[in-house]
Amino acid sequence: MTPLPAALDWDWESAFESLPSLLSAFLQVTLLVTVLSTALAAVLGLVIAMTLRLAPRPVAGVVRWIAHFIRMTPIVVQLLFAYYAFLELEPLTIGVLVFGIHYSTYMSEVYRAGIDSVPAGQWEATTALSMSTRRTWTAVIIPQALRATVPALGNYAVSMFKDTPFLLVIGVVEMVNAGLIYGGNNFRYIEPITLVGVIFLLASYPTSLLISRLEKRLAYRT
Amino acid sequence: MPTAPEQNDDAARGAAPDAPVIEFRDVGKRYGDNVVLDGLDFSVRKGDRVTLIGPSGSGKTTILRLVMTLEDATEGYIFVDGEPLTHEERNGRRVELNKKQRKRIRQKIGMVFQQFNLFPNMTVLENIVEAPLHVLGHPRAEVLERAGNLLEKVGLADKADAHPSSLSGGQQQRVAIARALAMDPEILLLDEVTSALDPEIVGEVLGILRTIAEETDITMLLVTHEMQFAKDVSNRVLMFDGGRIIEEAEPEAMFSNPTHERTKSFLRAVLGEDQIGTR
Ligand SMILES: Nc1ncnc2c1ncn2[C@@H]1O[C@H](COP(=O)(O)OP(=O)(O)OP(=O)(O)O)[C@@H](O)[C@H]1O
Ligand SMILES: [Mg+2]
Repeated sequence: MTPLPAALDWDWESAFESLPSLLSAFLQVTLLVTVLSTALAAVLGLVIAMTLRLAPRPVAGVVRWIAHFIRMTPIVVQLLFAYYAFLELEPLTIGVLVFGIHYSTYMSEVYRAGIDSVPAGQWEATTALSMSTRRTWTAVIIPQALRATVPALGNYAVSMFKDTPFLLVIGVVEMVNAGLIYGGNNFRYIEPITLVGVIFLLASYPTSLLISRLEKRLAYRT
Repeated sequence: MPTAPEQNDDAARGAAPDAPVIEFRDVGKRYGDNVVLDGLDFSVRKGDRVTLIGPSGSGKTTILRLVMTLEDATEGYIFVDGEPLTHEERNGRRVELNKKQRKRIRQKIGMVFQQFNLFPNMTVLENIVEAPLHVLGHPRAEVLERAGNLLEKVGLADKADAHPSSLSGGQQQRVAIARALAMDPEILLLDEVTSALDPEIVGEVLGILRTIAEETDITMLLVTHEMQFAKDVSNRVLMFDGGRIIEEAEPEAMFSNPTHERTKSFLRAVLGEDQIGTR
């Protein structure tokens, strides 16, 4: 039997040794950025969707064009651009803002579809009850639109989570970067990088299962 | 606190003490080239129960939607309690009124839809109290008590916390009726409220509407294919065809002795051959 190629020789000790720094990067950076950016994207996405629907045409046109532009350029380019354009900001802050804004343009499309999916009869009922515009949106349209959009929003949160390694281009020590740093110091790369992959898998798989269960629970029985 | 009716300029200008509750003056409605209503004139007095009948596409739903301001007429004028609803004539020209006007008048009008249109994200009780609380701003305790009475009236007191999706069609429509009544409307618009229901539960909804007709003096404008119901609750029937009223009579006369050929053939189709003129 031929010996395994050197690259695949696995050292459990290095694996255990690298784990604490990976987990700490996971909690302090990867997860933090995902949660904050998701929150930002969810709110900003709704603002964009409502602007497109309620704002005067020229304003809506400008917003639509900007959103389109953001969607059509790679997130890595946006990270680097923001990093060099706003040198005074922390890279982590840049990361949260860029991820949040980038994904808000996708989430706005989800909201738009959700708002469009609310049947005309619901709008008519709010008119027949003399409900205010504000109450119509907050009590009827948005809750129903959200129900239709929660799963899609969840899936975008998961893909944002998986995009966080891009943060290494602006020097943020997220999980992959932490693995590379361990590798550089100890000349063992395969263990930390494998663990990074496993941690990503362990976090995203249950989350996506949760989302599809949520999807089933949220569907109205009609 | 007793609330005096809001008196603004618009109200003062249009209102006449003995005016009809609803009045259509030369109303037209077009969708593109499709003329749905044409030169329509009719009025409904306080406490009237008017049934609109006519073949599919004759514009019955459109009339109710115009009164509810879900659509705007393309010609003519509609008055509610003597006040112009959406448009008025100024110096011989038809001008749209400030949106505040329709918003104010709309509060006097309730509508029950064929498809119920309950809010699925709210419970039965929340559906009913939404507008009294947030539109009329009535005190919570009072609104809840009234909602309880209304649910009792429609026989759904035990369903207050249920979601609409867990109710049958008949139950949902009863909630929709309670929701409309919770606003204490002067005018109730009913558009084929039983036609989405299974035949065996039509009766439970019509029974409630009969009670409401007997116990209140709400003005009702209704579209229905249930001719016996029309006979029981309404005092006038308007027969529509091609966007115009072609015949108008008391229900007894309309159903037993229609004069217009179109009405005869329509009623024959709805009631069955042998029923016309024999009762
Ligand atoms: N939003 C719309 N756009 C275009 N045409 C419309 C619209 N709403 C109604 N119409 C047309 O207006 C006409 C009258 O419709 P309406 O719904 O008032 O008829 P109806 O008398 O209520 O008929 P039914 O008995 O089938 O309910 C129909 O020809 C319909 O196609
Ligand atoms: Mg109709």
